[in-house]
Amino acid sequence: MNFAISLTVNGVRHDVELESPRVTLLDLLRERLDLTGTKKGCDRGQCGACTVLVDGRRINSCLALAVSHDGADVLTIEGVARGDQLHPVQAAFIAHDGFQCGFCTPGQIMSAIGLIQEGQAGDDPERIREGMSGNLCRCAAYSGITEAVLEAQKKLAETGRRDAA
Amino acid sequence: MKTFDYVRPTSITAAVAAAAEPGSAYLAAGTNLLDLMKGGISRPDRLVDVTRLPGLDGIEPLPDGGIRIGALVRNADLAHDPEFARAYPAVAEALLSGASAQLRNAATVGGNLLQRTRCGYFYDVASACNKREPGAGCDARNGENRLHAVLGWSESCIATHPSDFCVPLVALDAVVEVEGAGGRRDIPVEALHRLPGTTPEQESALQPGDLIVALRLPAEAAAFSAHSRYLKVRERTSYAFAVVSAAAALRIEGGTIRTARLALGGVAAKPWRARSAEDLLAGARPDEAVFRRAAETALADARPSGDNAFKIELARRILVRALTVAAAGTPERVPALPASPFSFGPGARHDV
Repeated sequence: MNFAISLTVNGVRHDVELESPRVTLLDLLRERLDLTGTKKGCDRGQCGACTVLVDGRRINSCLALAVSHDGADVLTIEGVARGDQLHPVQAAFIAHDGFQCGFCTPGQIMSAIGLIQEGQAGDDPERIREGMSGNLCRCAAYSGITEAVLEAQKKLAETGRRDAA
Repeated sequence: MKTFDYVRPTSITAAVAAAAEPGSAYLAAGTNLLDLMKGGISRPDRLVDVTRLPGLDGIEPLPDGGIRIGALVRNADLAHDPEFARAYPAVAEALLSGASAQLRNAATVGGNLLQRTRCGYFYDVASACNKREPGAGCDARNGENRLHAVLGWSESCIATHPSDFCVPLVALDAVVEVEGAGGRRDIPVEALHRLPGTTPEQESALQPGDLIVALRLPAEAAAFSAHSRYLKVRERTSYAFAVVSAAAALRIEGGTIRTARLALGGVAAKPWRARSAEDLLAGARPDEAVFRRAAETALADARPSGDNAFKIELARRILVRALTVAAAGTPERVPALPASPFSFGPGARHDV
């Protein structure tokens, strides 16, 4: 049995035929849409490398069935920069050495974007660490990640204030 | 993952009919089910996707002062609902101490109630597990079992229930509304989960096709809002299941405990309500001596199921600590590290 679904990924609509309902959102992004920026780490919801935003919320795409997300609006790491201009979270990760090998970084960045949008952590490093605990980093770049999220949060808040003014 | 059929009914009645067929399982977010299916622990023939069913995603106050939460409300949305968090702070704190932000954004209320144990032998299909395969035996019994049950366990199964959310729900007399082949019925959360006995594969009071459609908290549950806490000891600071947890809710009037509600997590196959301890606390002045007596009473029937005798004393101490922080008063805001024993008071270390 085939399942036809339609997804908007990084602003582009995709109509996809699935041969099996077993396909996860992660596998659809990587194998069908060639968006390999989203990483497959544990594939069991434990490491956070597959984090994407679905309808504006960060989730583990490895534990989401694509067929159940028919009609969803998905944002992946490929969709956050504006041309050559990095997203403030991307720029902050570079400025603060928020990675070493880089494998977990797309998931970290998508999780950080989700965290900042949720608006619960503010500028409290303890709340940021807690809010980022679903993203593991085997290189243990955690202190750089926390600094990057703090700075990006501050920059985005300033931009938000400027835009509102 | 074994292949399966997928259906997405548009009404609750159609969903119940589809799920009553043998081999069917409900799919909500799938944060636990897909993990189990990838590991070959759950092998459903058909998934009945309930995520588009209408009317199951609301949080509504009830005329009698209680609250009704649709089964598809996401864990994060419930925890961050300002009115809910104000009225039921221990429930919000428990929700925020569970899993990761990504999982809380996806996981539903109904799914959380029905998540399966995290016993490593249940997850390892090469191990013997009576819950996964009735009659197979239990490799946890003589295995790595320091995190297993100390209350209500049997020779058949020593697994624990992993939910944080369910612990304050049981303490506060929450009820689930279930739609099944015979219509709608209420089940107290305390009666939803079963102890293993000789049939650990029967984990809940639900029948095939039964669908949890809503969760209700009674009006009295909000009367504890000034003194309600959830406390959870983990082997990591965050993103770990409870070694032991406790929900404590007190009504204190004129310096005296009028009513107490207590439940433990991580100690049994179900969230463990401690009624004898509640009775002992009613009418007492809140101090460490009476909290310790309450904790002794709550764990009176506990016995180790393996290398886990430490959990009994740990549970007593967590109860005393939970009662102490509940008596001190619910904080204005859920702490930075929800339910953590390391996040109390100014100057808490950041490196623990």
